[in-house]
Amino acid sequence: MTQPMKTFFSDLYKKANQGPWPLIITVGLLLVGTITVYQSPRSLAAFLTLMLCPVMLYFLKINIKVKIFMGLLLAIVILPVLGIRNIFYLEVIFQMAVFAALALGLNIVIGMAGLLDLGYVAFYAVGAYAWAIFGSKQLSLLHSIPGAAPAGAEFSLAPSYFWLFLFLGVGLAALAGILLGLPVLRLRGDYLAIVTLGFGEVIRVLALNLDKPINLTNGPQGITPIQRPPLPPGFIMEPIRNLLTPIVGHAPTDAEFYNVFFYLLALVVILIAIGVATRLEDSRIGRAWAAIREDETAAIAMGIPLVRLKLAAFAAGASFAGCMGVVYAANRTFVSPESFSFLQSIGVLTMVILGGLGSIPGVIFGASAVVILNIQVLQNFSLYLSALRQSDAVIPLINFAWKDLSNQLDPAKYQKLVFGIILIVMMIYRPAGLIPAERRKRELVEDIE
Amino acid sequence: MATPHPSFFLGPSPQKDRIEELKQFTSNPFYKFILFPIGQIIAFALGASLALSLIIILLAFLFRFNVTDFDLVERTLLILPQVLINGITIGFVYATIALGYTMVYGVLEFINFSHSEIFMVGGIVGVELMAYFEYTGALVTMNQYVVIALAILLGMIISGVLAVTIERIAYKPLRGAPRLVPLISAIGMSFFLQDAVRLILSLTTGEFNVILPNFGTFDEFWVLAVPGIENPLRFQIKSLLLIGVTVVMLVGLNFLVNGTKIGKAIRAVAQDRPSASLMGINVNLIISITFLIGGALGGAAGVLFALKATRLDPFVGFFPGLKAFTAAVLGGIGNLTGALLGGLVLGLLESFGASYLSIFTNGAFGAEYKDILAFAVLILVLILRPSGLLGQTVAQKA
Repeated sequence: MTQPMKTFFSDLYKKANQGPWPLIITVGLLLVGTITVYQSPRSLAAFLTLMLCPVMLYFLKINIKVKIFMGLLLAIVILPVLGIRNIFYLEVIFQMAVFAALALGLNIVIGMAGLLDLGYVAFYAVGAYAWAIFGSKQLSLLHSIPGAAPAGAEFSLAPSYFWLFLFLGVGLAALAGILLGLPVLRLRGDYLAIVTLGFGEVIRVLALNLDKPINLTNGPQGITPIQRPPLPPGFIMEPIRNLLTPIVGHAPTDAEFYNVFFYLLALVVILIAIGVATRLEDSRIGRAWAAIREDETAAIAMGIPLVRLKLAAFAAGASFAGCMGVVYAANRTFVSPESFSFLQSIGVLTMVILGGLGSIPGVIFGASAVVILNIQVLQNFSLYLSALRQSDAVIPLINFAWKDLSNQLDPAKYQKLVFGIILIVMMIYRPAGLIPAERRKRELVEDIE
Repeated sequence: MATPHPSFFLGPSPQKDRIEELKQFTSNPFYKFILFPIGQIIAFALGASLALSLIIILLAFLFRFNVTDFDLVERTLLILPQVLINGITIGFVYATIALGYTMVYGVLEFINFSHSEIFMVGGIVGVELMAYFEYTGALVTMNQYVVIALAILLGMIISGVLAVTIERIAYKPLRGAPRLVPLISAIGMSFFLQDAVRLILSLTTGEFNVILPNFGTFDEFWVLAVPGIENPLRFQIKSLLLIGVTVVMLVGLNFLVNGTKIGKAIRAVAQDRPSASLMGINVNLIISITFLIGGALGGAAGVLFALKATRLDPFVGFFPGLKAFTAAVLGGIGNLTGALLGGLVLGLLESFGASYLSIFTNGAFGAEYKDILAFAVLILVLILRPSGLLGQTVAQKA
């Protein structure tokens, strides 16, 4: 950015940060966003206006209590209600919450300890398959061919075991992290990246092929149906339902309540992740991780137990993924190996890089931005293109009829292109991310070879 | 004090003459750049085949009582020659790709993650050229070997230029940054290229799978009856072509790196970049040339791979790329001879895994695990011998 532009923006920021302006801006955004999203649920601009509110909340100087109140109001009340009104937003906010939690976990591994993990989605898969196998009829199908389920199959566990598996998922994923980490953590950064990538593929291939000799994962068809935990009993749900019916325009169904429930569950995980990450950052372990990240040799010389701390980082990062995996399996009631591809790992990496390595608000921002880009912006662009394709419009100068545009050109399917561009551009122009971590800011200003 | 050698008194012995002669012969460029590399390639291929065959036969003897339906040893020996031929063929492809990884690593100490996409682009360009020939009708009139040669040449040029461009855009601005920064940029470039190629293909042809046109006699077999073996050996013409072309390229690369001034500069930059630049070597140019050579080799491997696979899509590079990287690590990364050996060993291992895993486990595990076999090898190598088969133990640079 050029110098005059920069000063223009910093002047603007200073002006907006004086007197009552911060409060006016954020409350205004919140009200305008809520009303416009409520009025026209399909508009992307309206949703972005609403999403600008938390960003402004973060950047502007407001009393911390007001900030937290507005943030909670938005996250717990406004977004779920808007989501029930337009079910599409439920999907958006659920994905935002899940990926934010995943990105926070990956941030511990990459951002704090400096270990590039390209197979992060494997831990997610471990959690998801743990609940998928035990929370479905799969255990009684072990000896049958995939797709040919015998009649009398039954669920092996009661739905409320979900809560137990939420914790088991954490443990299993952490265990997987330690098992993978033990042999490979001696390796230097770039080798570690490739080995973790390989581990991610190994888990995917195992999920794909473990339908024989015994049918554990049901192969490429995936496992379905998976049970969901029971909703609160009727005397709690009915008043909420009655309250919401006039606001959203229809009586909310159980499916919608389930989506809200899983969204809130993911929010709780995010809060825990934020808590853990902030507590860790300046703790003994966090400082040791920073030392390892900066210079392994020096860290060893200072008496830091290298392998043990690296394992701790791997396990801590993996456990969040395992937990979210259980939530994901229950929410979708379906898991298949397709959901745990390399693309997913890079997607989470992109979120962390975009927001800022090691920066907690940055990572949450990155996850939200990438999810909105993926399932809203690209989707809208696709719809726009297909609308153009059906019209008689012609691009003026080159005389190209939109009708002739290939059907293959569907921006929603070009996630890899978007991720690739984000990664390259961020690495070249802003390696510390859009909202850099305080510590990183200092490090990356002058990097000495 | 050591007693002087008898020849000191008796004048030059006939034995010493022979050593002198041998020395003269080995410094002869014909030996150094043609005979020796080819001999090395043959020795590696035969040695790796022999070692792995012995291991598999031993395993067959150990497991023969677990399998009751048929005689395991007999079955193993029956398919062994074909498994070896397949393994060596794919091994040469891996070796050619691995050279690209290892050269870049040698010079920049950086894993060029997008090399698998350079390989893919080479293959797709080659197949598209052949499809174009088919479209114009030239495919039937032209000599089939000329068509292949043109496809390989075009693939090499496009891939080489692409590799240099990628280096200029995505890696050069990051030189001197912390290690993970260019790696992440390379991963981004790899993803970008996959979808960019898909975009271009689907905008121009409406379809992003490319299929090799059917022409020539490449699918036919050249049968060699060996006395003592029941089934005659069957070499597919395309496998022979593939092996021949890669051997020529490997010999050429050996000459380029060890026999020319550019090669000397590349080796100097790999050894010590600041000193090389003080010696008047244009480091940026040499790095570009390294990418050009590595990319061209990758492109050629892509066309050869397409000949074997007959069907490509923009995501085809991922597994061959990772296996080739494994091969480079297995041989000792940064070491050109090591990449060759690693590629051959990995190709053979994969071929063995694909053929024998289901026989040995009674069908419980099969060829579907061959793709992750490479990762198992990679992890084992990195744990047991991080410097690779031929690499020297060097201190890890932080």
